[in-house]
Amino acid sequence: MSMRHALLALLSDGPSYGWKLRQDFEARTGEVWPVNGQVYTTLQRLERDGLIEADEADVDGAQRRFQLTEGGRDELARWLQTPAELSAPLREDLVIKVMVALGLAHVDARALLQVHRRHLVEVMREYARVKDAAPDDVNLAMVADAEVFRLDAQVRWLDLVESRIAESGSQMRAKSAAGPAVLPHRRAKVGRRG
Amino acid sequence: MSVLELRSVSRRYGQGASEVSALSDVSMRVEAGELVAVMGPSGSGKSTLLTIAGTLEEASAGEVLIDGVAVSALSGDDRAALRRHRIGYVFQDFNLLSGLTAVENVALPMELDGEARSKARAAAMAVLARLGLSEFADRFPDELSGGERQRTAIARAVVGQRRLLLADEPTGALDSVNGDSVLRLLRQACRDGVAGVLVTHDARLASQTDRIIYLRDGYVVDESSARPGPESLLVNEPPR
Repeated sequence: MSMRHALLALLSDGPSYGWKLRQDFEARTGEVWPVNGQVYTTLQRLERDGLIEADEADVDGAQRRFQLTEGGRDELARWLQTPAELSAPLREDLVIKVMVALGLAHVDARALLQVHRRHLVEVMREYARVKDAAPDDVNLAMVADAEVFRLDAQVRWLDLVESRIAESGSQMRAKSAAGPAVLPHRRAKVGRRG
Repeated sequence: MSVLELRSVSRRYGQGASEVSALSDVSMRVEAGELVAVMGPSGSGKSTLLTIAGTLEEASAGEVLIDGVAVSALSGDDRAALRRHRIGYVFQDFNLLSGLTAVENVALPMELDGEARSKARAAAMAVLARLGLSEFADRFPDELSGGERQRTAIARAVVGQRRLLLADEPTGALDSVNGDSVLRLLRQACRDGVAGVLVTHDARLASQTDRIIYLRDGYVVDESSARPGPESLLVNEPPR
């Protein structure tokens, strides 16, 4: 999530104040990301980089009002059209943990998978509860849905790992007896983030 | 008293060397007003659990109690009556009769049970209204979307004096939006006073229920607590 670009996007609707931008940002993201003082420091940097400027209504100096510059408009358009970074594998903590554990003879893999599955589902339940508590907040629901689908993908992956272990249990055991499995970070640097 | 209670229930098929254990020593309780998910992969025993809870199949060992009554103590006829009066089922494929309207489908279990047609229809209209489905009443199944058909099937499952709602992958044939609306309706039906059991492999679905029981190879391997309280869900990682 880029605060810089989120602020540029909000300013593309028209000039606005720092406090208003903070309010709008939190409202549009369903208040899932509290931002505190970040809005003001980011505005300073955007102004320094020439992407925004204080507009003419900025008279008394107490509350500065910002607007996009031409450069800011170009930067926003470029960002919106740039594909999200999905092609390179994430350095996913869960994946690494599970892959390490599968190579360890003393770890009960299925029990470990269940610990992580349960934790993921519990977080999904909390998002379900958050949505229930505010049934009319569409922005909140959409952000919560994104998180739920992300967590669901991890649960599905754990399920798949478990069935793969069951299918090739004997091979896995033979492998772990022969030595530790090759860990993802020791593989060739294919698709690594730059 | 729990609406459904399983006490150390096991189910085995076959004998001797070919014996297969589908359920092993499963104990659980489901209260009125509660929707409990039984989550597990295919082959984990969750459908067997549902058919045993629904008295469609007998346990090899252990006891099933519905509203405190031990199912094994009942005669075949009494068990069938209990099943017809107290238990409703929702399956993945909605199983509505295509020649009947929604309200006729919902009234059917009561009519088959000997209830007068007018009374059964009134009960069906009442449950459709309670679940916000009155507008479907006079439509035939082929005039309803998949989600609407499944919501009608839920109304049928809780019509009359039914106390136990058993759902087997009820959103399996639906997209996310319709699946969510079906789940909301299941929860609503349970809040109105029935006890619900939902078996599914889908974590997203299970996460919207009150409690989750995890089944693996016929065993209960884990169980979640009641739904989390109103604590705040704040992601610690701020945007960059």
